[in-house]
Amino acid sequence: MTALKEELKRQIIDVLNLEDITPADIQDEEALFGEGLGLDSIDALELIVLMDKVYGIKLSDPKKGRDIFQSVQTMATYISENRTK
Amino acid sequence: MNGGVAVTGMGIISSVGDTVEENLQAILAGKNGLSRIANFPTRLQEHIWVGEIKRSNEELSDTIGLSLPHSFTRTTLLGAYAARQALEVAHMEDVNDLRTGLISSTSVGGMDYTERYGPTYLTSPEWHRYISAHPAGDSSHKIAHYLGIKGMVTTVSTACSSAANAIMTGARLIRSGRLDRVIVGGTDALSKFTINGFHSLMILSDALCKPFDKHRKGLNLGEGAAYLVLESEDAAKQQGKNVLAYLTGYGNANDAFHQTASSENGEGAFLAMQKALATAQLTSQNIDYVNAHGTATPNNDLSEGRAMQRIFKDNMPLFSSTKPFTGHTLAAAGAIEAVYSILALQQGIVPPNLHFDTPMEELDLIPQTALQHQSLSHVLSNSFGFGGNCSSLIFSKA
Amino acid sequence: MKRSVFINGIGAVTTQGVWRQEIFSEAQVLDHAITSANQPAYKGVISPVAIRRMSSGIKMGIYAARQALEEAVMSMPDAIVTGTGLGCSEDSDKFLRSLWENDEQFLTPTSFIQSTHNTVAAQIALQLQCKGYNVTYVNGAISFESALLDTLLLLQSGEAKNVLLGGVDEIAQQTYAFLQAGGYIKAADTCETVKTSASPGVNYAEGAHFFSIGRDKTASSYAQVVDVALKNELEVPETASFLQGFLATNDLPSSAIDAVILGYNGDKQDDLFYAAIQHMLPSAVPLYYKHLSGQFDSCSAFGLMVAAFVLKQQTVPPILHWNEKNPSKTTWKNILIYSQYKGKDHSLVFVSAC
Repeated sequence: MTALKEELKRQIIDVLNLEDITPADIQDEEALFGEGLGLDSIDALELIVLMDKVYGIKLSDPKKGRDIFQSVQTMATYISENRTK
Repeated sequence: MNGGVAVTGMGIISSVGDTVEENLQAILAGKNGLSRIANFPTRLQEHIWVGEIKRSNEELSDTIGLSLPHSFTRTTLLGAYAARQALEVAHMEDVNDLRTGLISSTSVGGMDYTERYGPTYLTSPEWHRYISAHPAGDSSHKIAHYLGIKGMVTTVSTACSSAANAIMTGARLIRSGRLDRVIVGGTDALSKFTINGFHSLMILSDALCKPFDKHRKGLNLGEGAAYLVLESEDAAKQQGKNVLAYLTGYGNANDAFHQTASSENGEGAFLAMQKALATAQLTSQNIDYVNAHGTATPNNDLSEGRAMQRIFKDNMPLFSSTKPFTGHTLAAAGAIEAVYSILALQQGIVPPNLHFDTPMEELDLIPQTALQHQSLSHVLSNSFGFGGNCSSLIFSKA
Repeated sequence: MKRSVFINGIGAVTTQGVWRQEIFSEAQVLDHAITSANQPAYKGVISPVAIRRMSSGIKMGIYAARQALEEAVMSMPDAIVTGTGLGCSEDSDKFLRSLWENDEQFLTPTSFIQSTHNTVAAQIALQLQCKGYNVTYVNGAISFESALLDTLLLLQSGEAKNVLLGGVDEIAQQTYAFLQAGGYIKAADTCETVKTSASPGVNYAEGAHFFSIGRDKTASSYAQVVDVALKNELEVPETASFLQGFLATNDLPSSAIDAVILGYNGDKQDDLFYAAIQHMLPSAVPLYYKHLSGQFDSCSAFGLMVAAFVLKQQTVPPILHWNEKNPSKTTWKNILIYSQYKGKDHSLVFVSAC
């Protein structure tokens, strides 16, 4: 799980072009959207593609993403339970 | 400066018909032009509905009499086809007898050919003639050349409000006295680029679109082109021209909220409608019908609905989105809907908003769902696009 | 209706660096097939949250727009009008490549939403919270002049008092590779200037040029833009009537033109048009700029920058002279800018001292 979370942080930084941010700057429980990292709806769509491309998880409803993308912790939990690759 | 710009010609090609008359018949019959995509292979074929024109590029090229080889892209073919009709209606035998311009618009430009042949460009010269057909402006050049226009030719590209802005620029050029006559409109072909782009935004519906419906799931894309001939009222009178309608109002504003999403209260849309009413010297009470942008995305319809309620308050006129007929034709939409607005004035009809059944919870707004026969004096047409670009046009009965 | 409008502020990101007083005196003649803009540091100008998605065109545009507004001491223009030939092609390229590489799968929306031609004008509106008129023109070599014409319409009709006008085109690797394959851009290994050009094609580049234009003259005014004319296509001999018509409309005898800014780019066919106009204006001093700006659709905005500089400073930096022998002129009042590309998209702009 720890490895998955580290991997996720690196992927998030990469796909969202988060310059000046390192994996160490992102806390497992920190909110990704709004107050925390400050991501927005376009980032959510990027994360949906990341889930599909890397973990084989298809999310067809962007609204469902809101719960899954609360934090790196919630993402990692969802991925470990649902990943197909 | 009220009533100074006359519409003396119009032409259209969309998925519901190749002529103004065919488009009118489809509206009267409530017949939509949506289907599965057939002109090119795509992974999305079974997932989306599109307003596709069932004519190949070769057929279109033959119909408008081009000799081969040429580098007209589909966007350009559709544009030339519709613009030629507009000139015929306006009885423009000599396009250069007055100071004539062309203000076209497109967002796709030559992308349909770049996405097809681009992978060969660096290894083979076979399709190199399409390299220069890629930029948006190339389509306008070819359309102007095809029509024989030598004059002011330019292109607007403000995403889905492009054609409305091209029409507006044309009208302002006439009012300023710089042109006597101008052909205005827009053209966009379906392409893998755009269908995949909208798909990546998750705003394409897998069903027929339902603008302003509580259960709307997104938009259907379409392709098409439409052009109007605008002339100064004086020039039209001197030539004894038949005036189809007057373009009396226009307004352009920016939502300045988000690159793609519309603001909660539809500020940009509100400002565009307000400016259009001001240029037309009309009040909101004078508008008899609104041809809404109504893409059927959750965001647009709520935002536009709020903006309309702010403008019209308790006196909401009849309104409908005609995108369920044609699909959202992007840069061409403002011109196609301008033709529909003029038809509404001429025929005394309000086109139905197809597929609507459940009102949105947030707003007390119900579009016109059945064709209505009613005399109309002023019609407002909305077009909004990515980048917060919002434009509104007002057409008035001739 | 007809009245002049004033250039009250300039901003630019070019191959010669950002807009500054010394831009011409410090300029280097370009000799590469493709030269990137000399980009400034954007930190502090654009927020980190916003900048992470921006292509170079958007960044250059925002920077140049801000510079122009600051110079004009203008916090909120009434309208934003831009011109671009190829739009945001870096993002278009990115989306297209990913479409090809992944066969329509795993496509992400960021590059798509930024691929629309109006992205730069939209992002500037967003940054400024400018809810006014906002339009982008995309028509080859007159993309910028179309925006300039619209600016004149807005200001002359009273629809606006101040307009932010700009032209932006960015280098996108794939698009430029295609233009190179098609023979529009010189081969990668050539080393020729506009003057020494012998091989086919032209030296290309990128840049953003913005102008704060107002109805009223201010302390920072550079010059006045009097008129602009556009023509879709002309043969070389037809340039005569285009020029004469423009001069007549503006009651401007050809002898009153002090300088003519020409778009010489080293392409033999293109340069015939410029030579023709130069020949018709024997008393005007010919200046050129594409040896410094490089070719791209909105590069003629660099020409307007030259005109504004000369009219304000009343001096011509030597590097801008087309002829070897510099004339001994000391006052500069009327300047004409002529531009076209491959016989299409002709424009004439009349700029005058204020």
